[in-house]
Amino acid sequence: MFALQGLTWLLVFQSLGELLSKGFGLPFPGPVLGMGLLWLALRWTLVRQPVQATAEFILAHLSLLFVPVGVGVMTHLSLLSQHGWRVAVVLVLSTWIGLMVTALVLRALWSSPNQAVKHG
Amino acid sequence: MADFVELWVYLSSTPLFGLTATLVVYSLAHAAYQALQQAPWANPVLWSVLAIAAGLMLTKTAYPTYFAGAQFIHFLLGPAVVALGWPLWQRRQELTRHGTKLVLAALAGGSAAALSAWTLGSWLGLPQDVLLSLVPKSVTAPVAMGLSEKIGGIPALAAVFAVITGMVGALSGKYLFQLCGISTDDTGWRTRGFALGTAAHGIGAARALQVHPDAGAYAGLALGLQVILASLMLPLVVSWLV
Repeated sequence: MFALQGLTWLLVFQSLGELLSKGFGLPFPGPVLGMGLLWLALRWTLVRQPVQATAEFILAHLSLLFVPVGVGVMTHLSLLSQHGWRVAVVLVLSTWIGLMVTALVLRALWSSPNQAVKHG
Repeated sequence: MADFVELWVYLSSTPLFGLTATLVVYSLAHAAYQALQQAPWANPVLWSVLAIAAGLMLTKTAYPTYFAGAQFIHFLLGPAVVALGWPLWQRRQELTRHGTKLVLAALAGGSAAALSAWTLGSWLGLPQDVLLSLVPKSVTAPVAMGLSEKIGGIPALAAVFAVITGMVGALSGKYLFQLCGISTDDTGWRTRGFALGTAAHGIGAARALQVHPDAGAYAGLALGLQVILASLMLPLVVSWLV
């Protein structure tokens, strides 16, 4: 029963998010606003218990949810063939740059101010 | 034989086919991924997508026919994003403590990915509508489509770029982190997860969730932050660039 209630809460918060996003013309998509609203509501056991069960299940299988979009990408590969290797080079290199910059910046930040205070 | 063909035509035109095919293929791919100790190259999304796409081509099934069934899985992407609120809530104290650092890292990584895509693409002489579809590629596919439309790109192309970016991140993250000397202690897993969520959105986050729970939670946070930052900043930055 928790699983069903949990899914219901997720859909309720997503719907609220969609309403806020469309109603006020906010630049954030509905599910992201829904995530924020859920975060605020998790302090209540009524929400927390069922959502925990469903969220853990759905997040454990998150990668499955990308399969339909991925298959769609395969059927759009002709869009890529016009620009071919140039697009591939840009995609791979910019992803690597994004990953490395994030990881290195974050590692530098972890070890900076807090520790300085401790040692000082 | 004619009966069989008829039966196949009937089955493949109902939503049941797309849904069943997706779940069966993914279950097999996931079992193989586990058997191979979650090696990055055995990524279950990658192999499921390749197998299903090949199956559709061989049986000459149109994508909309497949999607009639697969849409039930696709639909869950929305609730899944909402569900990311749970791992974040569990770690609310450490997240508020490190808030500034995380936002700074998300800004640095997100801009590095977007600007390097723009710069490299310009050097290689890609047309402007393709460049504008490349810029939002670090954001999860449905959001990337909306953003690219706003800034003058091609939504379908933006979705393709976002999915490929996620794949590249999920497949190569581990090796890049080793190259950069990112450790595998608590802080290291958080850093790895956060980087995957920033540069490779949901597909990277899915990989992070499989590898380590802390990595998964930080990837979810990074994914959400990237959506917020990109929605706010990309339209502004692009108006300066173009």
